[in-house]
Amino acid sequence: MPEILFEPWKDPEAKPLIRFQNVTKRFGDFTAVDDLSVDIYEKEFFALLGPSGCGKTTMMRMLAGFENPTSGKIMLDGKDISPIPPNKRSVNMMFQSYALFPHLTVYDNIAFGLKRSSMPKDQIDARVMEMLRLVQIEKFAKRKPEQISGGQRQRVALARSLAKAPKLLLLDEPLSALDKKLRQDTQFELMDIQEKTGTTFVIVTHDQEEAMTVASRVAVMNFGKLVQVDTPAQIYEAPNSAYVADFIGDVNIIEGNATTRDNIVSIAWAEGQPEIIGTPSKPITDGRVSFIIRPEKIAISTEKPADRQNAVQGTILDIAYLGNLSTYHVKLADGTIIKAQAANSRRRASRPFTWEDEVWLSWTDTAGVVLDN
Amino acid sequence: MNLRRLSLIAVPYLWLFGLFFVPFLIVFKISLSDIALSIPPYTPTLELSEGWAGFKDMVSKFDFENFEFLATDDLYWKSYLSSVQIALISTFICLLIGFPIAYGMANAPKEWQPTLMLLVILPFWTSFLIRVYSLIGLLGQEGLLNQFLMWIGLINDPLIILNTNLAVYIGIVYTYCPFMILPIYATLIKLDGSLLEAAEDLGCSRTEAFWRITVPLSKAGIIAGCFLVFIPALGEFVIPSLLGGSDTLMIGKVLYEEFFSNRDWPVAGAVAVILLLILIVPIVLYQRNEQKMMEAEQ
Repeated sequence: MPEILFEPWKDPEAKPLIRFQNVTKRFGDFTAVDDLSVDIYEKEFFALLGPSGCGKTTMMRMLAGFENPTSGKIMLDGKDISPIPPNKRSVNMMFQSYALFPHLTVYDNIAFGLKRSSMPKDQIDARVMEMLRLVQIEKFAKRKPEQISGGQRQRVALARSLAKAPKLLLLDEPLSALDKKLRQDTQFELMDIQEKTGTTFVIVTHDQEEAMTVASRVAVMNFGKLVQVDTPAQIYEAPNSAYVADFIGDVNIIEGNATTRDNIVSIAWAEGQPEIIGTPSKPITDGRVSFIIRPEKIAISTEKPADRQNAVQGTILDIAYLGNLSTYHVKLADGTIIKAQAANSRRRASRPFTWEDEVWLSWTDTAGVVLDN
Repeated sequence: MNLRRLSLIAVPYLWLFGLFFVPFLIVFKISLSDIALSIPPYTPTLELSEGWAGFKDMVSKFDFENFEFLATDDLYWKSYLSSVQIALISTFICLLIGFPIAYGMANAPKEWQPTLMLLVILPFWTSFLIRVYSLIGLLGQEGLLNQFLMWIGLINDPLIILNTNLAVYIGIVYTYCPFMILPIYATLIKLDGSLLEAAEDLGCSRTEAFWRITVPLSKAGIIAGCFLVFIPALGEFVIPSLLGGSDTLMIGKVLYEEFFSNRDWPVAGAVAVILLLILIVPIVLYQRNEQKMMEAEQ
């Protein structure tokens, strides 16, 4: 069965559900969101990712209506939503603290939003039951929030925010209060629910793994600006800046001087080391560049491999055994430390490399990314 | 281990037993006695030298005459009724004034809150009596309030406030408002702001969110504040006797007169016992209600 690609952002005809148009938000002297424009499409699972204070929460609060932009427009379905108060927007939010009403039962928490609408009573009951089933907490309907576990509370919060079938659901660090194992399971469940309900999700997170797992597109933010908006794979494999590369996953960044010949770049980066050969995806100007390569793209061997353009020699400084992988820190003759990763695919194999071993690191000419500085 | 727990629990019980239950028994005993021209001014008294027989002799002389007397003379039940009325209305006014103050304090900028708190507590630094006396100076016909109102031309003749029930209400509300403000403030300050945002997000207007979230979640503080105002207001003696008129009926005043003017300790004892019963009934009802709710949750 051919896979149908969900990429509305590549379709120039597609109408965005949300459009940020040169949105700026200032709090006094502090600019939280700085002249930011982005389109988010229907049924997307859009992640806002960045360190704390980068403006991602402010963006979400502007969508919910708790803040208004200082300048610029936010359009929902083609209409400017700034004059609409939060209680009139078909946008619901799941709060980081869950914000469950402690004096109401789980059932009444989920029914709270529906009771504020004009929905008839029997339909409210049916809808609440549907929500309870969706997040699998039927058993706890009559309990108060303090009488259920953190994971169950997270489900109640999700059910409550989905109950009114909003056009857009905002999730503010929804899983940050859960432990790691539960968080991973819940991530998949969240994707399932998003698919089932067809709702557009915007999630705010500082956890890059979470963003990569759940999102159709990830927006990496820093200092109130979007650094890169792309699919998780593109963000990981083709970061547009050293900042993005460094923020997502593990990376080696090598700076050097580039000279281009026939779309092949040679980077002179350290005395006594061979030049790095790379193929940039975009043409670059000669001069200072950053060469970015992920540790798992670097092979480690005792003999110098014959078939790879790039090979450097060094000694193993440190080994981090992660179970499925091992990360090797290799020190080159000039003092540079390069991280390389190898899968531990065989259980009983004795460790091929150990501390102080002389090894060769090698990679192909397409393994890394070359970026202008 | 068990002994330690027991001794810990024993502390409050011993306190209540020694300083509440035993004095209550003594008052109750006096209320069952008869007035006498002696020291102490009632009979019978317990003759310890006669031992068990003396105790039996004393008990045999007890009767409920004083309680019957309270039921027949309408001064008493009218005083009780009027006290309950004054206490209830004062509590309600305190709530009307105290809740907005507490709400404003809880929503004030963080750096202001200690100052506001201090301002609420500040009146306690002056003696209660002096504060009530100063109200006489404010509310009298030549008082500051009348002078001010006449100066701005709002009234031509001074208002008669002092020595009326109105002055009693003003006195009680002024004195007891901090007891309403503080517990409500304590619950409001703990209220998570994201709950109100969540309510708004789910379709509530600001006002609706206030009634559906803020008020129910500050219920504990409201109830505590109401009890803290209602209970002392019910038995209040100083305020009605200093600010009230001759027609201000409050049971505290009656109690004082029975005890000090008439030297009728047994009737005063009976008045006190009934006052306690009036207070115990709502407290027990409230406690039972709370317990039921707790059980329902389990």
